[in-house]
Amino acid sequence: MKNTAKHIYTALIFLFLYAPIATLMVLSFNASKTRSKWGGFTINWYSRLFQNEEILEALGNTLLIAVVSAFVATIIGTIACVAMTGMKKRSRTILMGITNIPMLNAEIVTGISLMLLFISMGLRFGLGTILLSHITFNIPYVILSVMPRMKQLNPSTYEAALDLGASHVTAFFKVVFPDLLPGVLSGFLMAFTMSLDDFIITHFTKGAGVDTLSTKIYTEVKKGIKPEMYALSTLIFITVLILLLLVNMAPAKNKTPKNPKPL
Amino acid sequence: MTSKNKWLSSPYILWSVMFIIIPLGMIFYYGLTDKTGAFTLENITAIATAEHAKALWLSLLLSIISTVICFLLAYPLAMILSNMKVNQHSFIILIFILPMWMNFLLRTLAWQTLLEKNGVINSILNFLHLPGMNIINTPYAIILGMVYNFLPFMVLPLYNVLSKIDENVLDASRDLGAGSVHTFFRIILPLSIPGIISGITMVFVPALTTFVISTLLGGSKILLIGNVIEQEFTQASNWHLGSGLSIVLMIFIILNMIASAIFDKEGEGSML
Amino acid sequence: MEKELIQLVDISKSFDGQMVLDELNLNIHENEFVTLLGPSGCGKTTTLRILGGFTNPDTGKVIFDGTDITQIPPNKRQLNTVFQKYALFTHMTIAENIAFGLKVKKKSKSYIDDKIRYALKLVNLEGYENRMPNSLSGGQQQRIAIARAIVNEPKVLLLDEPLGALDLKLRQEMQYELIRMKNELGITFVYVTHDQEEALTMSDTIVVMNQGYIQQIGSPESIYNEPENAFVADFIGDSNIISATMIEDKLVNILGTRFACVDTGFGRNRPVDVVIRPEDVNLVEPDQGTIQGVVTHLIFKGVHYEMEVMAAGFEWLVHSTTLFPVGKEVGIRVDPFNIQIMNKPESEDEEAVAIDI
Repeated sequence: MKNTAKHIYTALIFLFLYAPIATLMVLSFNASKTRSKWGGFTINWYSRLFQNEEILEALGNTLLIAVVSAFVATIIGTIACVAMTGMKKRSRTILMGITNIPMLNAEIVTGISLMLLFISMGLRFGLGTILLSHITFNIPYVILSVMPRMKQLNPSTYEAALDLGASHVTAFFKVVFPDLLPGVLSGFLMAFTMSLDDFIITHFTKGAGVDTLSTKIYTEVKKGIKPEMYALSTLIFITVLILLLLVNMAPAKNKTPKNPKPL
Repeated sequence: MTSKNKWLSSPYILWSVMFIIIPLGMIFYYGLTDKTGAFTLENITAIATAEHAKALWLSLLLSIISTVICFLLAYPLAMILSNMKVNQHSFIILIFILPMWMNFLLRTLAWQTLLEKNGVINSILNFLHLPGMNIINTPYAIILGMVYNFLPFMVLPLYNVLSKIDENVLDASRDLGAGSVHTFFRIILPLSIPGIISGITMVFVPALTTFVISTLLGGSKILLIGNVIEQEFTQASNWHLGSGLSIVLMIFIILNMIASAIFDKEGEGSML
Repeated sequence: MEKELIQLVDISKSFDGQMVLDELNLNIHENEFVTLLGPSGCGKTTTLRILGGFTNPDTGKVIFDGTDITQIPPNKRQLNTVFQKYALFTHMTIAENIAFGLKVKKKSKSYIDDKIRYALKLVNLEGYENRMPNSLSGGQQQRIAIARAIVNEPKVLLLDEPLGALDLKLRQEMQYELIRMKNELGITFVYVTHDQEEALTMSDTIVVMNQGYIQQIGSPESIYNEPENAFVADFIGDSNIISATMIEDKLVNILGTRFACVDTGFGRNRPVDVVIRPEDVNLVEPDQGTIQGVVTHLIFKGVHYEMEVMAAGFEWLVHSTTLFPVGKEVGIRVDPFNIQIMNKPESEDEEAVAIDI
């Protein structure tokens, strides 16, 4: 009884979270151009998608920005984590506090603050400014996923490597880094996702004529979203879903089935 | 790993100063000056004008309501999830992050399709002979959009703290004679405060400052404080006024940050 | 022996199809210090959790003071538990932790304050009322966990490996503390541990468990001196366990040599196991021994020397205060009352038990 209630509740929440996604997927097969009418099944939008250069360019920009910004943020963030463990507690607290600002601050404020900065620096608004902004809001995600790993690290392993004759650099890459790797990877993935999904900050830091998928959709809202957009987002979502399922399935085989109960 | 890698922190310190500290400084500079560059508080006091005050009031109201709804929806869910004893901590996080892989504007727009007069939800209600609902382009639709978009940010920190509570502590409470209600209010709830605070922050701040959700689901009539600021920058091009209003917004954010710093010293309520 | 307080009747429990307890029967007396001793996975913690009410048995009954409490939830039982890793409420002060159970029972403030003072005095932590649990050392937290349990005046205190997380010296100190507290409180303690020394030091009764079965119940002396099977003998202290044949009452053939013993009733020419504790093996000049052998290993252990002697194809473990150098020929003698005869395990299952430790 109680369990059924729990299952129904969980199912309802997931329905709530995933209903819009299902809606978009259905719309991507809708022959009618308007959202509100079902005009029969078609895969027309999928083939049209690959002829729509504007959308493909926006997709290219989005992916480029996501990959580059996540990559740069991962490097800077990981180095920052290593550096912070060697710091005095006081300066570490201050730096972590600064790290939290982009996470806790409103995106609109981060967006306009960067916009004001770029204007005063006289930068030309375009891919470059979007990249700088995305790296800025991505670094905290990397730090927050690497830092817990860093804290779990046994400092003796690093010292043991030195003791066994490794140089500082070798010791770091052979001993410390492999332990950090899961955190680094999840940080990268987090950063990539955040960059991909961002609209607000890009909205303020992009230049005219440069669009990511988000900003493209936003400009289309008034005149009506092109159904190709639904097709594209369905494709992206399904691809990610399959990739994640594969990743999640693979290590599951090696794991022991369940934690043994306490005896 | 000591003094040798002090220089390692310099790239990040440099980056933070350049792209976090200085930009914030610029907002304060613009917010506290007029077009001639002279110091003024006018941009801040402009919040008191009827139009701005109304937008701020509505933003506060809607974001507080959304935060409360998120909390009420998320807490039972987080408890259920944390009790499932799934080894796959990462899987739970995944199913909440997964929707982000479909563009957030599109997902929010999809609610238009669902909520429209002849939309999916009304068709279902109709089929069940229930009264239809007409909430599109009303504040209710905005609340729904906020809850929809920010619910995962409430669930994840709550799930995180709840799944860290030692089973033995709950057993100990029962052992000492406490029933499940008592155990909940005296043990589980107090121990999950860091997650609650973090969840409230993660929902309240973006809800308070959004301009996208109100644009997409509220029609063009409803202006939140986020819309006002956005328009000052993109349409009216009055950066001074926009910055001044942003400073007002930041006051609320800082209040929220202080509260979370007090209650969550250990950073236990983090999302990941 | 005082009257019976708890009876576990035919308790069985399995998790995920794996049998953890198999028709377990156990009686616990009032004011007794009972220790459930066994290797991890033997079912001792499950037994304790069934007593506390945290785990429901699949079959069987828990009788407490004459009433069946099998279905009673933990918050309604007159038992309290000291958990393995203390399980203190980290968001409450020490005083609030101790007061928790009393507040649930709506006791008056003055009563609660008295109790807190009394409990802190009992565990030697006076003045710690307003500290937070995380600011205390492991040993101190353990004392608070005990204080928190005993203020509720339980008839039985359940302790789940309470000293497991402490270092050796502190553990020994706490063992004496626990005995003192038990005597002061005059209640029943049911104690779970895998540490045989802890069990021997503190208990009135030891229940040796393995793979869901009780192997032997008895006083520390009888468990140590007269183990009933090879598992118990091997689990409690070092011992020589040798395959032998009972020729007749009071005469056993060990490794081809006849030894006098004191056990009777095993029948004639029955295969048995004999247990001889290493300190009971006397090394003498070769001609004075019952059998002869050569010393193969020697280690100085402080109070005694530990030696291994190869004799009649068996490596004998010997503890002695007299040194016999490696390579020396020696004779072995064992006093009849130091030869403990045990039945051979009957099924293969039990055989596995004996080996799998």
